[in-house]
Amino acid sequence: MESLVTNEPPTSIAAAPTPAPTTGRPPDQDVLDPGIPEPILEVRDLNLYYADKRALNGITMKIPRREITAFIGPSGCGKSSLLRCLNRLNDLIPIARVEGEVLLEGDNILGSGTDVNLLRKRIGMVFQKSNPFPKSIYENIAYGCRIQGINRKDEVDHIVERSLHRAALWNEVKDRLGDVATGLSGGQQQRLCIARAIATEPEVLLFDEPCSALDPIATAKIEELMRDLKEQYTQVIVTHNMQQASRISDYTAFMYLGDLIEYGVTDELFIKPLRKETEDYITGRFG
Amino acid sequence: MTGPQGHPALTTEAVAARLKGRYRSERRFRLACLAAVVLALSFLAALFASIVGKGHSAFRQTHVALDIHFDAETIDPTGERDPETLASANYNTLVRAALSELFPGVTSRSEKRQLYGLISGGAAFDLQDMVMADPSILGETRRLWLLSSDDADMLVKGHIPRDVPEAERRVSDFEIGWLDALDDRGRVERRFNTRFFTSGDSREPEMAGIWGAAKGSLYTMLVTLLLSFPLGVATAVYLEEFAPRNRITDLIEVNINNLAAVPSIVFGLLGLAVFLNFFHMPRSAPLVGGLVLSLMTLPRIIIPARAALTAVPPSIREAAYGLGASPMQVIFHHVLPLALPGILTGTILGMSQALGESAPLLMIGMVAFIVDVPQGIVDPSTVLPVQIYLWADSAERAFVEKTSAAIIVLLGFLILMNLGAVILRRRAERSW
Repeated sequence: MESLVTNEPPTSIAAAPTPAPTTGRPPDQDVLDPGIPEPILEVRDLNLYYADKRALNGITMKIPRREITAFIGPSGCGKSSLLRCLNRLNDLIPIARVEGEVLLEGDNILGSGTDVNLLRKRIGMVFQKSNPFPKSIYENIAYGCRIQGINRKDEVDHIVERSLHRAALWNEVKDRLGDVATGLSGGQQQRLCIARAIATEPEVLLFDEPCSALDPIATAKIEELMRDLKEQYTQVIVTHNMQQASRISDYTAFMYLGDLIEYGVTDELFIKPLRKETEDYITGRFG
Repeated sequence: MTGPQGHPALTTEAVAARLKGRYRSERRFRLACLAAVVLALSFLAALFASIVGKGHSAFRQTHVALDIHFDAETIDPTGERDPETLASANYNTLVRAALSELFPGVTSRSEKRQLYGLISGGAAFDLQDMVMADPSILGETRRLWLLSSDDADMLVKGHIPRDVPEAERRVSDFEIGWLDALDDRGRVERRFNTRFFTSGDSREPEMAGIWGAAKGSLYTMLVTLLLSFPLGVATAVYLEEFAPRNRITDLIEVNINNLAAVPSIVFGLLGLAVFLNFFHMPRSAPLVGGLVLSLMTLPRIIIPARAALTAVPPSIREAAYGLGASPMQVIFHHVLPLALPGILTGTILGMSQALGESAPLLMIGMVAFIVDVPQGIVDPSTVLPVQIYLWADSAERAFVEKTSAAIIVLLGFLILMNLGAVILRRRAERSW
């Protein structure tokens, strides 16, 4: 596969709405930039290495504000790795090395001057496997406040209740806030993790395959929740499930072997993919 | 590929025919495992039976009831009740007078010595303590249960056979006769041996106690725990959570693993050279013993602590980091609490080993004969395993049961420590 990071000068103004269907590959400018005017996050020429192995090849993309962006692609394509670059969770992996820039509101977060603790407060994350702390439901939500030094009971109470309301979990757990969180069902645990992530009032929420371990009903609840949260948060979701991506996301990025193949408005990408790889993948011919 | 017919060895019939053999070998394996457990338990039971069988009699000591007349003339001739006079008086005279009164027929010098020898020299100290505490008993006569000598005790307990010729046993026919006579009058009784649990070592077996060694062990363990637990956990946390993976940390890791395999006596030599000869710390002190045992215990705490830290699920770390927690918050709020059960298990194993260790302590002088119960970590003292070693080395027959009793105390000490660890671990254990 040829590199998608091209040095060609832009042929036209970015975000031409309709690509020119030529016989060859459509130009990157058209398939990689759906035209996002004020992105909250901007990834520029991002390379990620695990030791000597290259996991991401010069990714450049913009994440739109208060929309849901989905990353899809077969296993090992680098979509989770890309997601983890956005809140620098890859820092926890000693062998991981990043090149390039990720701009959050215009500031490069990959620079050494970035405070990662503050960054992760601004960009919350929900993981594939629900990972509540082995503490009470209340303490799980309160933890985000506690690490910031907010300990006044009335304040914490208020934040816990509001977060659980927003995560549509309040009615299910309001009578047992003291119970241990690991006793909840899988779907409830995942919503608890969402409540925990929004308790710190982040600007961006990252979801790493949040529904892959859940049944369809629990999945539907999470998706509904994500739609509700759209008014306030920018959301980025990594998913294996193409139906899920087409149901909830506004923009979709298709990745393959560490390359960003196609990035566009979800409806357009699923109905009329511009690249053959994308078409093959979403029609189930590989992956 | 064998086609739709499949391999002949994999047809249902062929597999079913082999099932019996599979189940048979499974039963054999289970039986072998069970036999191993039974064998291990029977060894343990034999060990306990032997130690308790030999040691239980040490918890009761023979006492003889004598009518002691607290003769004011003998003890306090001046009549001033001056504590110094009371302290320096010869209380043995009182015991001897009481014995002579019981057996007026004994007149010859050597027989008298044998008669007086039935009662321990420690009885005089008890009388002295009574008078010092309450001088008003002077002039009174009281029937008191006095500690017998170790030979009399051994005879009463049946450890000295009566049917061998007189020359071959430590107790003469006279002494047997007197003891029997006392017994007939109900004046011989085995009473609970409080002295064993409250006093220090002694050359006289009937007066020797375990408390000095137990307290020495307690102080030594305290020093060991206070040093090795925080140091060990901090080292493990640094190596697991902060240290970069490079040559230096590899070297440290190899060294820690090797340190765990160093023979304990080498640590004793190190302690002798560094703590005693270089830093001039006090000899035979629990402080130095604790330092030496800390060196030995450290790798035994670090290695399991690191394993416990590694075993904390990465998802918990990611969850906490993902919320913006700092590394210290992640460690103190999540990683350490979850790793604590494993850390405690390692610590208790290391401490148990340290408690039973004697070789390194011999090097720093904790093997000395020390009568006084230590009052602090710099007082000379000994420890339980060394006390056991010292008693096992003593010639007197009565030390045999003392040795076993000391082992029982050591085992009790161990069980208490383990129990404490189990309770702590239960509290710390959580599911995720």
